[in-house]
Amino acid sequence: MKALSQKRRHPLAAIALLLLGLLVTGGLYAVATTVNQAKASTTSFSSSDVEEGGKLFAANCATCHGMGASGSKDAPSLVGVGAAAVDFQVGTGRMPMQMNGPQAYQKPAQFNDEQTHQLAAYVASLGAGPAIPEESLLDEKGDAAAGGELFRTNCAMCHNAAAAGGALTRGKFAPALAGVSGKHIYEAMVSGPQNMPVFSDANVSPEGKRDIITFLKQIETNGSPGGADLGALGPVSEGLFVWIAGLGVIIAFTIWLTSRTS
Amino acid sequence: MSAASTAEAPAFVAKTKTGRITDFVDQRVGGSGILREFGRKVFPDHWSFMFGEVALYSFVILLLSGTFLTFFFDPSMAETHYDGSYLPLKNVEMSVAYSSSLNISFDVRGGLFMRQVHHWAALLFVASIGVHMLRVFFTGAFRKPREMNWVVGGVLLILAMAAGFTGYSLPDDLLSGNGLRIIDGVIKAIPVVGTYISFFLFGGEFPGTAIIGRLYMLHILLVPALILLMIVLHLFMVVVHKHTQYPGPGRNDGNVVGYPLGPVYAAKAGGFFFIVFGVLALMAGFFTINPIWNYGPYDPSPVSAGTQPDWYIGFVDGALRLMPGVIGDFHFEYIIFGHVLTLNVLLPALVPAGIIFTVLFMYPWIERWITKDDREHHVLDRPRNAPTRTAIGVAGFTWYCVMWAAAGSDLIATHFHVSLNDVTYWLRTLFFIGPVIAFTVTKRVALALQRKDREIALHGRETGRIVRLPHGEFIEVHAPLDEYKHYKLVGFESPVPLPAVPNDHGIVTRKEKRRAWLSRWFFEDRVAPATPAELEAAHGHHAQPAVEAREESKSLSH
Repeated sequence: MKALSQKRRHPLAAIALLLLGLLVTGGLYAVATTVNQAKASTTSFSSSDVEEGGKLFAANCATCHGMGASGSKDAPSLVGVGAAAVDFQVGTGRMPMQMNGPQAYQKPAQFNDEQTHQLAAYVASLGAGPAIPEESLLDEKGDAAAGGELFRTNCAMCHNAAAAGGALTRGKFAPALAGVSGKHIYEAMVSGPQNMPVFSDANVSPEGKRDIITFLKQIETNGSPGGADLGALGPVSEGLFVWIAGLGVIIAFTIWLTSRTS
Repeated sequence: MSAASTAEAPAFVAKTKTGRITDFVDQRVGGSGILREFGRKVFPDHWSFMFGEVALYSFVILLLSGTFLTFFFDPSMAETHYDGSYLPLKNVEMSVAYSSSLNISFDVRGGLFMRQVHHWAALLFVASIGVHMLRVFFTGAFRKPREMNWVVGGVLLILAMAAGFTGYSLPDDLLSGNGLRIIDGVIKAIPVVGTYISFFLFGGEFPGTAIIGRLYMLHILLVPALILLMIVLHLFMVVVHKHTQYPGPGRNDGNVVGYPLGPVYAAKAGGFFFIVFGVLALMAGFFTINPIWNYGPYDPSPVSAGTQPDWYIGFVDGALRLMPGVIGDFHFEYIIFGHVLTLNVLLPALVPAGIIFTVLFMYPWIERWITKDDREHHVLDRPRNAPTRTAIGVAGFTWYCVMWAAAGSDLIATHFHVSLNDVTYWLRTLFFIGPVIAFTVTKRVALALQRKDREIALHGRETGRIVRLPHGEFIEVHAPLDEYKHYKLVGFESPVPLPAVPNDHGIVTRKEKRRAWLSRWFFEDRVAPATPAELEAAHGHHAQPAVEAREESKSLSH
C-alpha cells in the first residue's frame, strides 16, 4: 500500500489511471450490451407478470407517467401503447429517461429481461396495442433486396441509406441502426418511439418489416467491401479524410523532398 | 573518321548503335537543344511549391484510372434487373449505368480499387488545386507578370469542379441522383429560361433517360480536353515567367535560386509522381469512397439523410442550406407575369459562388489598381508582410469555410449532440460576421508578427538566459541572428499609401479619390522593416549595459 502511495505522483500514474478507467467502463459496457441483446423468447404474459410489472411501474415509472399509466403534464399516457413500445423503450435503456430533452438517448438498460417483460405485461394489460413480434418475423431470412427498397423509400431520409443515422430538427436525431437487435427494430417500426413515425402493418406489412430487418442485418454483416467505411457518412467524411489524411501525408512528403536544402 | 563524311557533314559519329539511333533522331527533331534549354531551367526548392505538381499528377492518375473504368462502364439509362454478386441488390430494378458501376465494383477484377483510386484522385485533384491557389494568393505570386496565369488557374479550378460533378453523377445511384435533382432545382430557379434549360439538359422532365449519357460525354471528352489545354497553357506560362522564389539573401527579381530541372528536379518530380500515386493507391486500398452499393439505384422518391455533394461543391450546397425559406412574414418567392421567381434557391446557389469567383479572377487587377504597382515580381511576399492582402484572403477563405461547414450541418448536429437549428443559426451569423472577424484578427496577427520580426531583427533572439549584472540589474541575454535569418526579417518592401494624384488635365477624378482611399485602407497600418540606421542604434543601445559589465558583455555578444 505504501509503494502505491509513493508512486501516486509518478508521471505515468495519470495514464495508468486513465487506462484503468477506460478498461472498467469498457468492460461494464460490454457486459451491459450483451445483457441488452438477450431476447425474450415468449410473448405470453401471466397474471403474476402483470402484477409484478404493476409494482415495478409504480416504483419506477409512475412519477412521470402517473399511477395507472394515465399520463401527466410531463409524460404521455401509456394506455394502449402496447407491449412492443415498453419492450423497446425499456429494453434499449431509453426509459426510464435520463433527463428531459429533445429525445431520449439509448443507454444501458436499467431493468433485466424479466423485469422488462413484467413491465411490458403490465402496460399491455391496460389496453390493446402492438405486441412484441414473434420470432418468425425476426429470423433475418426475408428478402434483403426488397427490404432495401422499402428501407430506402421509408427509412433512409432520416436514418441514412446506409443506416448510419441522421439529424432532425432541434436536437432530435435518427440513430444509427448498426447493432440494434431485430426485435427492437421491429418494435420501433410498430410503436414509433421518440420522433419516429409509426409504420403500421397497413403501411409496411409484417413480411416487409422482416425484409427490412434482413436487409439491415445483411449490410451489417457484409461490412464494407471497399475498406474502412469512414462512418458510412458519405462525402463529408470522405472530404475530411482527403484534406486531413490525404493532403497531410502528401505535405509530409513534399517537406521531406525539399528538406535537403534551404 | 569515315570516308562518307564531307566538309559540311557533322564530324561526329556515335560509337554504339543506340548512340547512332539517338543521333539520327536528334538531327531530325532537335531534341538535344530543347533538352539543353529545358534541362537547365532552374526551380527553387520549397515544399509549398509542390501542390501544383500534386494536382498535375492527380490528373494523370485520373486519366489512367478513368480509362480503365470506361472499358467497363455503360452510361445507358435503360432499365435492367441487377444480376451481379452483391446480394442486397439482387433483382432490384435499376439503370444499366448503375448496374455496370456495381459490376465494376464487385465483378471486374480490380474494378473497385480502380473506382476508388479514381474518386480519391478526383478529391485530391481539386484539393491540391485549392491549396496551390491559396499558396499563390498569400505569397503574392499572382502579381505581374503572372496575372493571366492566375486566371488560367482559376479556370482550371472551375473545370476540375465540373469534371468532378459530371463524374459524381455517372453511377446513377441514389446519392448522385439526389445531387442532380438539386442542380435541376437550381437550373429551374433561373428566371424565365430555367425550365427550358432543364428540359433541354435532361431531354424532358427530370430525370429522363438522356442525362447520364450526356454527362458521360462531357466527363470523358470535353472537360478533360479543356483541362489538358489549360494545363498546357499554365505550364507554358510557368516556363516563360520562370518560377517565383521566397525572399532570401542573393535572391532578387532578376534571378532564380534553386536546382536545375535536369537531373535534380526531373528525378524529384518523377519520384514524386509515384509517391502521389502510392498515397492514392493506399487510400483506395484501405478506405472506401462513394460506396454506391449502400445508396441503391436512383429513384426520384427516396432522399437519404446525409446527402451531400463531394467536398468541392459543398460550399454551394451549404449556401442553399443556410438560406431561410421565409424571414418572419417576408418571403422570397414571387410570381411575375406568370413566371415564378424563387430567390431562396437562386440567391444562395448563384450569388456566393459568383462573388467568390469574380473576386478571385479580378483580384490581381484590383490590387494592381489600388497599389499602382506595375513592376514585375519574382520574389514572393511572406504573408505577414502584406497584412491587408493576407487578411482579405483569410476573410474570403473563412466565408467559404462557413458555407462549406453548412453543407455538413446535419453531421455537425448529430456528432456534437447539438441542435441542427442552432448550427444553422450560428452559421448564418458567421456567414455575415465571420469574414469581418477573420479580416480584423488576421490583419492584427500579421502586424503583430511583423513587429515581432522587427523586434528580433533589432535586438536578436531571446535566449531565455537571465543574467544578473554586478549592480543588481537583471537582463535577458539576446543572441544575434545569423545573416540569412536576419535578411528575411529586414529585406522586404513596405509600401506606403499613395495619395490621390491629378490626371493629365490636372483633375483629381472621383475614381482616383476612391483608389486613394483604398490605398490608405490597404497600406496605412504598416510596420516598416528595420533600417540599417535603426539596427545601428539598437546595437549602440545594447552596448550600454555591456560597458558596465565588461565580463558579461562577451557572452552577451552585442
